[in-house]
Amino acid sequence: MTELTIDCESAASARGRRDSSRETAQKMAGERMQYATFHVAELFFGIEVLHVQEVLRHQTMTGVPLAPSVIEGLINLRGQIVTAVDLRRMLKTRIGSEASPMNIVVRGEDGPVSLLVDEIGDVIEMQSDTFERPPENMPAHLRAITSGIHKLEGRLLLVLDTERVLRTASKTSNSAIGESEVAV
Amino acid sequence: MEELEAIKDFLIESNENLARMDQELVEIEGRPGDQNLIASIFRTIHTIKGTCGFLGFGTLEAITHIAESILSQVRDGERELTPALVSLILESVDAVKEVLEVIERTGVEGDNEYLDVRDKLRQFCEQSEGVPSVVTETTTETVSPVPEPIVPPNTNTVARTDKPIDEAARPAVADSTIRVDVVLLDKLMNLVGELVLARNQVLQFTTQQDDAAFSATSQRLNLITSELQENVMKTRMQPIGVVWNKLPRIVRDLAASCRKQIQISMDGADTELDKTIIEAIKDPLTHIVRNSCDHGIEAPAARMRAGKSPAATLSLRAYHEGGHVNIEIADDGAGIDVEKVKARAVQRGLIRSEQAERMSEREAVRLVFLPGFSTADQVTSLSGRGVGMDVVKTNIEKIGGVVDLASRKGEGTTVKIKIPLTLAIIPGLVVTSGQERFVIPQVSLVELVRLEGEAARKQIERVQGAPVFRRRGNLLPLALLNEVLKVEASAGDADAVNIVILQAEDRQFGLVVDGISDTQEIVVKPLGKQLKGLTCYAGATIMGDGKVALILDVPGVAQLSGVLGENRGHTSTDSSKTPRAHDEKQSLLLFRAGQIDRLAVPLSLVARLEELPSARIEYATGKRVVQYRGQILPLISLTEHFGGREMDPRNGNEETPEVTQVIVFTDQDRRIGLEVDQILDIIEEHVTIRKAGSAADRYPALLGSAVVGQKVTDFLDLHAVIRLADETWFEQPDPRQRSVNILLADPNAFSRGLFRNELEMAGHRVFEAANETEVAERLAAEVIDVVVSAPVIHAKVSARLRSDPAIETIPVLSGGPDRADRNSADRETMLASIRRLAVMTASPNAEIPKEVVQ
Repeated sequence: MTELTIDCESAASARGRRDSSRETAQKMAGERMQYATFHVAELFFGIEVLHVQEVLRHQTMTGVPLAPSVIEGLINLRGQIVTAVDLRRMLKTRIGSEASPMNIVVRGEDGPVSLLVDEIGDVIEMQSDTFERPPENMPAHLRAITSGIHKLEGRLLLVLDTERVLRTASKTSNSAIGESEVAV
Repeated sequence: MEELEAIKDFLIESNENLARMDQELVEIEGRPGDQNLIASIFRTIHTIKGTCGFLGFGTLEAITHIAESILSQVRDGERELTPALVSLILESVDAVKEVLEVIERTGVEGDNEYLDVRDKLRQFCEQSEGVPSVVTETTTETVSPVPEPIVPPNTNTVARTDKPIDEAARPAVADSTIRVDVVLLDKLMNLVGELVLARNQVLQFTTQQDDAAFSATSQRLNLITSELQENVMKTRMQPIGVVWNKLPRIVRDLAASCRKQIQISMDGADTELDKTIIEAIKDPLTHIVRNSCDHGIEAPAARMRAGKSPAATLSLRAYHEGGHVNIEIADDGAGIDVEKVKARAVQRGLIRSEQAERMSEREAVRLVFLPGFSTADQVTSLSGRGVGMDVVKTNIEKIGGVVDLASRKGEGTTVKIKIPLTLAIIPGLVVTSGQERFVIPQVSLVELVRLEGEAARKQIERVQGAPVFRRRGNLLPLALLNEVLKVEASAGDADAVNIVILQAEDRQFGLVVDGISDTQEIVVKPLGKQLKGLTCYAGATIMGDGKVALILDVPGVAQLSGVLGENRGHTSTDSSKTPRAHDEKQSLLLFRAGQIDRLAVPLSLVARLEELPSARIEYATGKRVVQYRGQILPLISLTEHFGGREMDPRNGNEETPEVTQVIVFTDQDRRIGLEVDQILDIIEEHVTIRKAGSAADRYPALLGSAVVGQKVTDFLDLHAVIRLADETWFEQPDPRQRSVNILLADPNAFSRGLFRNELEMAGHRVFEAANETEVAERLAAEVIDVVVSAPVIHAKVSARLRSDPAIETIPVLSGGPDRADRNSADRETMLASIRRLAVMTASPNAEIPKEVVQ
């Protein structure tokens, strides 16, 4: 698997110009949603394909000293400089030493941002009737970035809210200047 | 649709023309007879009128029609162009501009018909030229105090034009230019940026390939890319005159409202700058000019009292200098009252009163840049300027520029702005820290210093943990990039320290980095929102190998490391900072010699200041000399020349070596040393030398005197002094050039011998010593460039060197011969270090073998 590019444009046109927010999706029972899935430690996540620009293998990374630990570094994406946010650190999961993470490049308000994850899964289509709000007892840091959960057979798909992920990343960045180590 | 297009074109063209006309109208006040100017103004108004009629803008047409009638009378010499008339025309131009704005917003002219302006114009127009007095009365409120035109009110002096210049005969330039959307240019610029990066990558490949055809092709690509970059950049360039054009009008209006007389002079209006930068400096420039007129320049009466001409001059100057544009805004007004500024800053709690006392004039003046210094109530209570100067400074710094301010009480104020030509592609210095590379924008770079061996440990000292570096006698605060960024140092050459000396705001500091690579043209790319909070980075760029490197924000790094502190009492004075102002400021070295207490010589002539023990002074054919960097340095004792003291160096006492201060001058590749009694200071001054005073007559080596730092100072005539020296000294060939004198210190004779052979084969002169005492003896007897000591006695040797100021500066390389025979890698490094020294001592400009001065 070298570069797995998801054809987002066709997905977008298929869905027309409809609002992609979860609330709308929830109301419209029977609406189909496509998710790009991935694994972070034992967690199974999905991001709406619309938000995903591309998926890349591990990239050479330039570290950013003094940045909070969730910022793994900067990558050169065809001449564009993209910040890589380590989801594994953000979720406070253990990072395998041998891990060379995959990049999911998502579209942010402020240009693309890469999310580092352990493993990439398939693109799956879900009905919105399996969707539910995140349970109350979910850890706060996880609740902060998930918009809900799809109940699959035998497992749960956590729907990642990319905007919230990026906002959390910039928040930690701006508040944790000079703090080089955040508990992992 | 077509009409909309036409209106848009009309707006663009009219705004351009009106901006030019503003300036022309102000100019014409000074040269009322200039037919070309009158014709040009007339043409502009005429063009607008014509187009208005075509597009159906009635109000505009009415205003411009009357204005045109008046102007045509002026042009035909039937009417004289009085300041009152100019004011009236300016007023109507303002009305036209307002209408144009409304049209731009709404597409139609709006309700205001400007009947008042039209009435005034009509009234004026109907008056015959015979009764100008009435005219002046009707428009009293707009009469400016600008002096009446010097041209006598005789209409005959206004040369009649043969014919109004037909506007159909406009210059053909219009046909050879096209309007391009700025967005398109920005896009082009981005693409060129990408191309530059790709080119850099290709060039990196080229170094790894042997294919001749490939390298030829990439060379061609390189050339074409550079040329393309240059040209695309040029398309975005605009002359600074675009911004300056607006200033005469502003100055004129301000002068009128403050009842002052101000002349504006502009030099270098065709200096070109990137459009984005032009936009960015527009407001700061206007602000500075406003400040000058408002606060800097005195009323005519006050000026007369101060013995100045009643009309003040505000001069703008722009020029290119090493990839930057310098803009100077100078007035000959009252200058900044330093004491008032200090008092104000203390009052506002920005500095403490003790700080204020210690502050130099230069530093105090810069207080106006502090945020919080400027407030509304301060405008009237203080004659200095500080209104929003912090905003000016922030705006200039935002585009990578620097602002400086110099002021002399009673003489005026000069604001200097240094800005980069362009923002998109900048030259940068690539340094390494830890595993990463960082880019430092070249604009902040002052010099590079590399310290090796013992020198590194000696010249860098710590004051309660805070590292400082002795640079030419001044302490320079240091910041270790590794510490600032909290990264681990790379395992590099532990014996060498690389210091990048940087300018942050008005101060300098040294940034210690692990390595210095080279300078590169880099394309600045912004960082994502997630990293905006990190003040130490200005952006990122992509290097030749495709990896990302961060661009350091120099003020940010300085702030983070704390090297800037809060208004430190001491600013490092450096010759490189000498402002290239048009008012002939000079850096002067002040010293004392013999009977003359205060002597000065331009610092630019001075190569080095040395402290030598008098014992080292020798005599050769009756002349005083000293061995200096492997050469014989002839000395001239100014002490003796200027009357001498109770000191005869011939009786110089060996046990208590008195130190002699020597100023070393370099003339081409010859040197001469002047012995003086004491170095006093380095000072920046305006200098006017007067050939006066008895001292100058008594001593031929004096040029004359001047007031420097409020004291009378005699100026040394260096050429006369050198004439005193025997010319033959200069003709002496240098006997031992291009080889390094090495002192090997090692108790082990065998290993010493081994290393000696190797060094001698490399062409160096080798001396040996078995212990630190022998080292000292050798150093006293020979001129040694570098000491290589075995680790076993390294500590003792360096301690011995440190204890003696005469040999303190000699670099010591450790881990020498003792290890050399076992570890070839070590030996290679050692030889390389020595080779570098050899190269440096061989070049005449390298006065300091362990410093690389850029």
